[in-house]
Amino acid sequence: MTPAFALEAASVRRGRAQVLQDVSIQARAGEVLGVVGANGAGKTTLLRAALGLVRLEHGRAALGGRPIRSLSDLERAALAAYLPQERRVGWNLPAWRVASLGAPHLAPKAARERAHAALARLGLAALADRGVLEMSGGERGRVLLARLLAAGAPLLMADEPGAGLDPDAQLLALELLRAEADRGAAVVLTLHDLSLAARACDRLAVLSAGRLIADAAPREALTPAVLAQAFALEGQLEQTSVGPVVAARRRTP
Amino acid sequence: MNDLRLNGLLLLGVLALIAAGLWLGEVPLSWAQFVQGFGHPGSAPGEVLWRIRCPRSVAAAVVGAALGLAGAVMQGLLRNPLADPGVLGVSGGAGLGAAVAIAAGLGAQSGAIEGAALVAAVLMGLALTALAARFREPETLILFGVAISSFSGALTSLVFNLAPSPVTLAEVFSWLLGSVANRDWGDIGRELIPMGLGVGLCAYSARGLVMLSLGEESAVMSGLPMARLRGAAVAGASLLTGAAVALAGIVGFVGLAAPHLVRTRAGADPGRILLPSALTGALLLMGADLAARLIPTDLELKLGVVTALLGAPLFALIAWRAARSWRG
Repeated sequence: MTPAFALEAASVRRGRAQVLQDVSIQARAGEVLGVVGANGAGKTTLLRAALGLVRLEHGRAALGGRPIRSLSDLERAALAAYLPQERRVGWNLPAWRVASLGAPHLAPKAARERAHAALARLGLAALADRGVLEMSGGERGRVLLARLLAAGAPLLMADEPGAGLDPDAQLLALELLRAEADRGAAVVLTLHDLSLAARACDRLAVLSAGRLIADAAPREALTPAVLAQAFALEGQLEQTSVGPVVAARRRTP
Repeated sequence: MNDLRLNGLLLLGVLALIAAGLWLGEVPLSWAQFVQGFGHPGSAPGEVLWRIRCPRSVAAAVVGAALGLAGAVMQGLLRNPLADPGVLGVSGGAGLGAAVAIAAGLGAQSGAIEGAALVAAVLMGLALTALAARFREPETLILFGVAISSFSGALTSLVFNLAPSPVTLAEVFSWLLGSVANRDWGDIGRELIPMGLGVGLCAYSARGLVMLSLGEESAVMSGLPMARLRGAAVAGASLLTGAAVALAGIVGFVGLAAPHLVRTRAGADPGRILLPSALTGALLLMGADLAARLIPTDLELKLGVVTALLGAPLFALIAWRAARSWRG
């Protein structure tokens, strides 16, 4: 099966800093891939490199089996949708309008219907006409997630989709992204909550200082050695009645 | 309010102010003279109507519309409610072109000052379009705009400094304060081509402006040709601003205030406010020109002075209302 995205020996440099180094990774349709790592480990850069939003120093990036540089803007948008970490919205647009921007190539009526459906899935039907600048940060985050869902692309990339959301909304967001994978999309997330990542993702890619140090099912990826190297944590992944939980504490120097 | 109703009402307002601009003026016309002048352009009242008042009203309308539209495009492009048509330095550049033409003694040649202002604005617009293609972040563009604006201001000051005579100095100063008095149909016709091109480019950029509300990366990932749309927005707003300055000198506040006034009725969608912002700009500038004509002063007030005098308090009122709505 053609991977939804593939990075091959990809390196990215920003100024003098090597932010991604020799990373090879793919995501396939129907799976949820989590990208985890400490602050500055290169998670956002990995997503941006995969989408062609940042220039590779070395290596190759492909979407849907085609080199990223050979795709037009429109072709890339048909293959992938992206929720950046930045949650700022410039103007006080109604929530439905923001969500409809996920599907700019549909006729206005169809885009509006899709936006309303996505907002309803996130429990925001009653707020569809409210301006996003009149909402809380968490509500605005859910509206932007609705925009991602409204895209209906075969690859959905979300940079910290749970940021600023309450626990229930975080779980709902991850459930909806899982539903997208079940309908055949490839879903790629960055997450800081390792327990949530272990429960929500089929596979975890662990980054440490720009290098990929693990790429496997959560139980195999989050070993004590990886937790120590990537997060400076002392602990392990434990199974509980609600799913896996990372039980860990800071390593004392 | 829906778009059709709002634009219809604004258009009616523009037509009403054009009618008022024909009716009101320094020389009072009776109803009979008005009717005579309307039907017979060669008669004395006809000269007043068709050669003085009508071009003046139309010039105010097109300059106001150009500034209102350019302001709305700039605010959308830069995601900044404080942006106006002059923020990237095009107004200052056009003013410099005009100042140089006057100082070089070209003032007597028909269209020379306007041509110099437009050429300078087009050069600035080309430079800015190239910069916008290279630097995508709005903050960077604003910084370049501040640099260009300051440099144009410095060069205009140099023209003042080196002006060969006090008469030249007064001429430059008077031109820069802005006016649509004594504009004829030829002056207006010359600016319609760059303005028409600017309107087309701005209309093309509209769907990119709304996407930019979500930030640069979301816009790039939307599949829209953002580089082209951004270039069209900068080039279109520059052409409109340059042509407006060429026709009327530097007129502030209209391009800043018109989009804000429109947002109170039409919502915040940067694409949807373009047409009503143009119509509101036309209304504001025609109103300011009528005020300049009718306020009894020994020397007629300059348009740029009136827009600043009326516009600043109006803008403070808009800011006050906006702040209240943001607080909820």
